[in-house]
Amino acid sequence: MKPAGWAGIAAAGFLAALSLGTLAVVAVRAESGAGFGPADLAAIRFTVTQALASAALSVLLAVPVARALARRRFAGRGLLITLLGAPFLLPVIVAVLGLLAVFGRAGLVSSALAALGLPPLDIYGFRGVVLAHVFFNLPLATRLLLQGWQAIPGEHFRLAAQLGMTSRDIARRLERPMLRAVLPGAFATIFLLCVTSFAVALTLGGGPGATTVELAIYQAFRFDFDLGKAAMLALVQFGLCAGAALVAWMVAVPAAFGGGLDRPVARWDCHSLASRLADAAALALVSVFLLMPLLMVALSGLGGLADLPPGLWRAALRSVLVALASGALAITLALALAGAVMRMEVGAARFAGLLEASGYLSVAASPMVIGTGLFLVLFPLADPAALALPVTALVNAAMSLPFALRALIPALRDVERDYGRLADSLGMSGAARFRLLTWPRIRPAAGFAAGLAAALSMGDLGVIALFADADAVTLPLLLYRLMGSYQMAAAHGTALVLVVLSLGMFWLFDRGGRFHAAA
Amino acid sequence: MLQLDDMLIRQTGFELRANWSLGKGQRLAIIGPSGGGKSTLLAAIAGFVPLAGGCIRVDGQDIGPLDPGRRPVSLLFQDHNLFAHLDVAQNTGLGIRPDLRLTKGDLARVAGVLARVGLSGFERRKPAELSGGQRQRVALARALLRDRPLLMLDEPFAALGPALKAEMLDLVAEITTETGATLLMVTHDPKDAERIAGLTTLVADGLATAPEPTAALLANPPAALRQYLG
Amino acid sequence: MIRPFLNAAVLSLSLAPALAGAAMADEKPVLHVYTYDSFVAEWGPGPAVEHAFEAICACDLKFTATGDGAALLARLQLEGARSDADIVLGLDTGLTARAAATGLFAAHGRTPIVDIPNPHGEAGSWDDPLFLPYDWGYFAFVYDQTRLQEVPQSFEALIAAPKDLKIIIQDPRSSTPGLGLLYWVKAAYGDRAPDIWAGLQPHVLTVTKGWSEAYGLFLEGEADMVLSYTTSPAYHLIAESDDTKAAAVFDEGHYMQIEVAAMLAGSDQPDLAGQFLDFMLSDAFQSVIPETNWMYPAITPDGGLPEGFANPVSPDRALLLTPDQALALRDEALQEWLAALSR
Repeated sequence: MKPAGWAGIAAAGFLAALSLGTLAVVAVRAESGAGFGPADLAAIRFTVTQALASAALSVLLAVPVARALARRRFAGRGLLITLLGAPFLLPVIVAVLGLLAVFGRAGLVSSALAALGLPPLDIYGFRGVVLAHVFFNLPLATRLLLQGWQAIPGEHFRLAAQLGMTSRDIARRLERPMLRAVLPGAFATIFLLCVTSFAVALTLGGGPGATTVELAIYQAFRFDFDLGKAAMLALVQFGLCAGAALVAWMVAVPAAFGGGLDRPVARWDCHSLASRLADAAALALVSVFLLMPLLMVALSGLGGLADLPPGLWRAALRSVLVALASGALAITLALALAGAVMRMEVGAARFAGLLEASGYLSVAASPMVIGTGLFLVLFPLADPAALALPVTALVNAAMSLPFALRALIPALRDVERDYGRLADSLGMSGAARFRLLTWPRIRPAAGFAAGLAAALSMGDLGVIALFADADAVTLPLLLYRLMGSYQMAAAHGTALVLVVLSLGMFWLFDRGGRFHAAA
Repeated sequence: MLQLDDMLIRQTGFELRANWSLGKGQRLAIIGPSGGGKSTLLAAIAGFVPLAGGCIRVDGQDIGPLDPGRRPVSLLFQDHNLFAHLDVAQNTGLGIRPDLRLTKGDLARVAGVLARVGLSGFERRKPAELSGGQRQRVALARALLRDRPLLMLDEPFAALGPALKAEMLDLVAEITTETGATLLMVTHDPKDAERIAGLTTLVADGLATAPEPTAALLANPPAALRQYLG
Repeated sequence: MIRPFLNAAVLSLSLAPALAGAAMADEKPVLHVYTYDSFVAEWGPGPAVEHAFEAICACDLKFTATGDGAALLARLQLEGARSDADIVLGLDTGLTARAAATGLFAAHGRTPIVDIPNPHGEAGSWDDPLFLPYDWGYFAFVYDQTRLQEVPQSFEALIAAPKDLKIIIQDPRSSTPGLGLLYWVKAAYGDRAPDIWAGLQPHVLTVTKGWSEAYGLFLEGEADMVLSYTTSPAYHLIAESDDTKAAAVFDEGHYMQIEVAAMLAGSDQPDLAGQFLDFMLSDAFQSVIPETNWMYPAITPDGGLPEGFANPVSPDRALLLTPDQALALRDEALQEWLAALSR
């Protein structure tokens, strides 16, 4: 096997160790293990229901938005796409506060209703959980679908125009097959993300009825210190995610589009007033829905800029370094895995599927269990505080792998399909082939993947709670410390800095990937 | 120089045999019905399709174990002969070094072959900015640089107009004359064969017939060829 | 093909701990104090405590911070006897029974006189052999005087209040105040606790993971009252010159949170640890507490308490379950809470 294959297997092994291995470590340390009670079953039921509803709604709403973004060119489009990514990258508590500033009892909408003599909006409950999850994940769904749209070569749309196909024909012949291929994966990805949700579900769920499996794991760990039960619940969470992934894999039908010539995609089918209005409405609504809470975060953050705590910029620098490392690691892992998957699709297809699946393990894993397991493994070896930042970078790189793989594997496939034989016949191999062929063609996908990993690790607090170094705080830790000691204004200011840096990192990588990419 | 010894290609529902050889500098047209296996024959020689039996020799050596890039072959596809993200000079330069670490001298050779195919001054263009004929000229220029003893064309000019196609074929003839390369050329059009290929093989019904002089073959076609020519 | 990335990753990773400011090698003995996160914040008690103790101990005090009290105990259980910790600071009396059962702690052998109400014994006495208190507070519902006029003076009154009076509480499974509220209701109402929870349920706007989320939502105006401490208004008064926040005083009395510290049985610096415990009860430590940890100090400092710290709850209204009672009632109280609020 070629080195790239081994690198991929090593990456997969690492990911399995990180997700399943940590679980095993926790289970082994368990002293007792209470069985599941009715409360646990209720938690499982609630987790599945809310994740299904959230994922379905996110994906459905993303279709018109992604279509509008795919077929319209307007000033500020790039900026809008970047900004739409913001909710996904926000620290949970900041996003919740922003959301409530718009939809809460004292939020903008309720204030407007009050002015009309109407009672305030009540979002706490199942609808609140779904609202928040759609807020977080609609941008991601949009982005995944937009990638699907952009994978349809511009030549196809030209051909369609030539053939006099209407928007409806194009939807049926080009867009629906693409959606059929992309939607199940997007749905499954968001389902997985919603399954592991905890603080958001609880806060907006209005009570312990909104207990998710992750909260039950948290409870088993810190309330009962029942590691056996924590491991068992984590296994259930894996099961739920594996089930979702399996269903998505069975439902998805890969769409095959031939290669194009990298010409910018132009559309001729959507000049009708109705389609313009529909696209404008989709974009306006989603912008208001996603950007208003963001705007509220920004406004209260501006007010808090005067109160920024000492040490903020050191924390910011630390966070940026972690984010950069995480981005680099994410690409490394994703390329190793994706490369091996591609190699094995010829001949060892089943093994290729297994490898690809390993990239998704991290999202299904419980952050609490990963953190605890890593702690148990590393504590005897080194000072956990010294490892806090590397572990943050590594775990977040792993967490962003599903998105990295979703972006990279199709890109690599396209490269091989369009240029594989040509490169083979020219004798391009190894590093030269990567530099001259693979990298330039996958750079946009790689930039997206690295940017996501960087931004996610920027805002992360979950996994490293046990490792945290008292002196070396990161921005999110600083934010929580401020909130935990009444300093709300300073926390808002810090949140703004965090959001701007996260988005900046994402933008930088994402743009870097597309800059000078074949036009 | 090219020897197909009891060569057998087998794919699902498809078989192709050939057992003949071709001398150095000879030009062979490959004609036959769609789906008959013309492109597959070239793909096998280029190393993209494994053999089920027999072997392929170039200058006596079995090239079976060689990777596509190491075979003494240049192959021009119908399309996708150029990398869309690399410019003309880079696409051409790949013919000298597949890692594109080119010296000044290499760059001069690139400029030289581009001039030879009539594309001076196009070095910095991307493939999307070229016409179909110009793109295939770049691919030809690269084949010229690679200077492999075997040049194979898988209908790269099929999409060009008659005059342009004739021009390109003449260019190919000149180049192979200069380099002494052996030419294998898939075509649908007997006129292409008459124009530059002294020999022709018919690929149909699972067999690539032994090359025969083109003029004689077309003047007195056997049944399978008659059916194809209509 | 991946070497450049790996190099970059390794470089940035190896840089990170260096930037984190790893402690310089030092001749002085090191005292490891494990505590909760907000204690070590730059504006928290940590820096002042470290500075003051290092001035007298000829040692290096090193904090390790983990989440909150419950997370702290879980971390100690994970580390077990191998732990570096010499002192644990930040558990409370709701956790000490479980903590004692781990066998990780050593007796302190001290009998301090403290200024903490004692519902179970003589005023001022402290008789826990393992854990020593450093500060305390009362749980209370905090409200904004400009927004809430009809302030409920008891759980019963809160239940009877109009339905649109909303409170935010914390989840007892993930939050210390949340668990404190369980004990509060249990201590005040015993077997009637389920009825109280059923009555409160319509007023509970939502339940949050931790105190920060709940208090943040309250400050944003989402609810009329939030479960916090009687000392919360003092923060707004002193740090923000904002006198609009107040704590509702309940007739049933208020449940106490007493924060404690202990030394580890496995400590390799037992003398230094003992010195720290003495320091903890001295004026240098205690006087820092009010305006950094926003709790009542265990021993009132010589200079008295800052303005705004006047205690609204008289000591005979203090409610507290003994550590053993708390542990014994915990699961039952949680089930009652879950049953009432899951509806």
